[in-house]
Amino acid sequence: MSRGTLYDKVWDRHKVTTLPNGADQLFVGLHLIHEVTSPQAFGMLRERDIEVARPDLTLATVDHIVPTADQSRPYGDDAAEEMMSELEANVRDAGIEFLDPTSGEQGIVHVVGPEQGLTQPGKTIVCGDSHTSTHGAFGALAFGIGTSQIRDVLATQTVAMDKQDVRKIEVTGDLGEGVEAKDVILEIIRRLGTEGGVGYVYEYAGEAVENLGMEGRMSICNMSIEGGARAGYVNPDETTYAWLADTDYFQDNPDEFEALRPYWESIRSDADAEYDDVVTVDGDALEPVVTWGTTPGQGVGITDPIPAPEDLPADKQDTARRAQEHMRVEPGDTMAGYPIDVAFLGSCTNARLPDLRRAAGIIEGREVHEDVRALVVPGSQRVQHAAEAEGLRDVFEAAGFDWRNAGCSMCLGMNEDQLEGDEACASSSNRNFVGRQGSKDGRTVLMNPQMVAAAAVEGAVTDVRELEEVVSV
Amino acid sequence: MSGEERAGSEEVEIPDVTEVSGTGIPIRGNDIDTDQIIPARFMKVVTFDGLGEFAFFDQRFDEDDREKDHPMNEARFQDASIMVVNNNFGCGSSREHAPQALMRWGIDALVGESFAEIFAGNCLALGIPTVTADHETVNELQQFVEDHPDAEVHVDVAAETLAFDGREIGVTVDEGQRKALVDGIWDTTALMKSNREVIDETAAGLPYLEG
Repeated sequence: MSRGTLYDKVWDRHKVTTLPNGADQLFVGLHLIHEVTSPQAFGMLRERDIEVARPDLTLATVDHIVPTADQSRPYGDDAAEEMMSELEANVRDAGIEFLDPTSGEQGIVHVVGPEQGLTQPGKTIVCGDSHTSTHGAFGALAFGIGTSQIRDVLATQTVAMDKQDVRKIEVTGDLGEGVEAKDVILEIIRRLGTEGGVGYVYEYAGEAVENLGMEGRMSICNMSIEGGARAGYVNPDETTYAWLADTDYFQDNPDEFEALRPYWESIRSDADAEYDDVVTVDGDALEPVVTWGTTPGQGVGITDPIPAPEDLPADKQDTARRAQEHMRVEPGDTMAGYPIDVAFLGSCTNARLPDLRRAAGIIEGREVHEDVRALVVPGSQRVQHAAEAEGLRDVFEAAGFDWRNAGCSMCLGMNEDQLEGDEACASSSNRNFVGRQGSKDGRTVLMNPQMVAAAAVEGAVTDVRELEEVVSV
Repeated sequence: MSGEERAGSEEVEIPDVTEVSGTGIPIRGNDIDTDQIIPARFMKVVTFDGLGEFAFFDQRFDEDDREKDHPMNEARFQDASIMVVNNNFGCGSSREHAPQALMRWGIDALVGESFAEIFAGNCLALGIPTVTADHETVNELQQFVEDHPDAEVHVDVAAETLAFDGREIGVTVDEGQRKALVDGIWDTTALMKSNREVIDETAAGLPYLEG
């Protein structure tokens, strides 16, 4: 068992008791809720005549079903309208703050939590959403839960959890041009497997991680679950504190910032902390990674050949064969040149301001390929407005991108934004499962935002480092 | 175990789940994700009622809603209550809609090589065991239920054994899961709520909740 890690320390601080079944009951510092996984939990509370214990530690937003084009009410989709109305009623009855689209603060739950300054080091954070691991970027212990557990948290502000092992993943060196946090995590999942993290929490460390801004760290922690790890975190440091100091919350409460800082320092993993496993990744050697298959672990460097199923471990071969058939790719080829129909820049993985800036840097002076429909869906209204203020919207629109309102959008196709038929999509999102983007025949290629931009321009998966200079800017 | 039966008061009766018996259904393949188990478009609902018919929908039906080859479409498996799966079943999204859909289709227990963590936790919250066995055992069981769709399979959660075809084989049930199921403490709301004082003490010791 690990000792002296951030995970151990935050766990111990929040442990209420050990339950008779052996699980620990943990206090929850922040409970984030959204419209898809919470309504049934509120229903269960009503059935049992239980009130929400700590509405003051609960925050709601709407993201999965919200339209990104026409947001006038009632929504065009009756089902979406019903889910929105249900959430509105639930938060009103319970007295929970709701960042709705009229607030200017709405967005994807894993984008708005940090923006609000509520995602903080040393907090326990849960949400009925597997990408809750995102918040670990701040040194929080954050994990996704199911709806019955949401019921538990609403009723008690605690959750029952088994303690897990800690694997330290050290990413050494410097990331090269065109290589991003997304490539780091895709490489980690490729190496350790989609189930390699089951039973583990991942601690991301090493200079390549420490040199990332908070948004990059969020991209990495976000996809921990795609590697099977329910939570991932980065130890808080000056980068973390500077980001937090800049939030409205701590701008308004500077005394609290100073008061909390010793706590934040104290929960960092000790220099002599003990881990259950340590893995090293050479950041210098990374190139942009794209997926060739239908799990996030089926990735490959942009200049590397797609593997032959028979060269993979025995338990991966069958999945790989079916994936290659679905994606229509051949072993030995590279993914470069794979034609795409759609470019999607969005999701809780990669739709924050620096993500959009980097993509815009590629797009500027270029045009979206005539056979491609391209859309940008900012992660939140704050991101959207900031991007508009600094002219990014103009850059994207001039190139032929659709500029949308904030939400989960085409990451999972629960609103109108979906793939059609067998369209192939260059996507900055997190899952390439069959059917994920709304069409069961759709084909998703995961990649970093600059690579999405390059694919949008070229109409095919493209090594962004190979794009010719723009001469006409 | 349905919502209706649980309704009424805070004092919820939580049944022990010491064993599950029934016929089996094989769902083959590794890394079957929750988007396959229940596609997102069927999650545009505010209750879990009726999700059963949408379980594995895109594997079971084509674009014109015509049935495709899939065990869940076969008459011989319609009464099955034990689903036999392979590696990393239930990976991906945390949606409880996935085990809810399987439960409402009729599944009371899953036997597999391995399960994704959040999925297994969601199953436990519904009183559904996720029992693991080695690759060979799972393959044999899949073949057995394929050949004998009417034969009973017996999962003993308490004893961690699996019985089929006149054989009894040792299997693994996660220790916490086993205790929760066998002792009938898998629904944790009331249990945790009863620790109110310690919860408040824990909260009082957290720096970020002071002031």
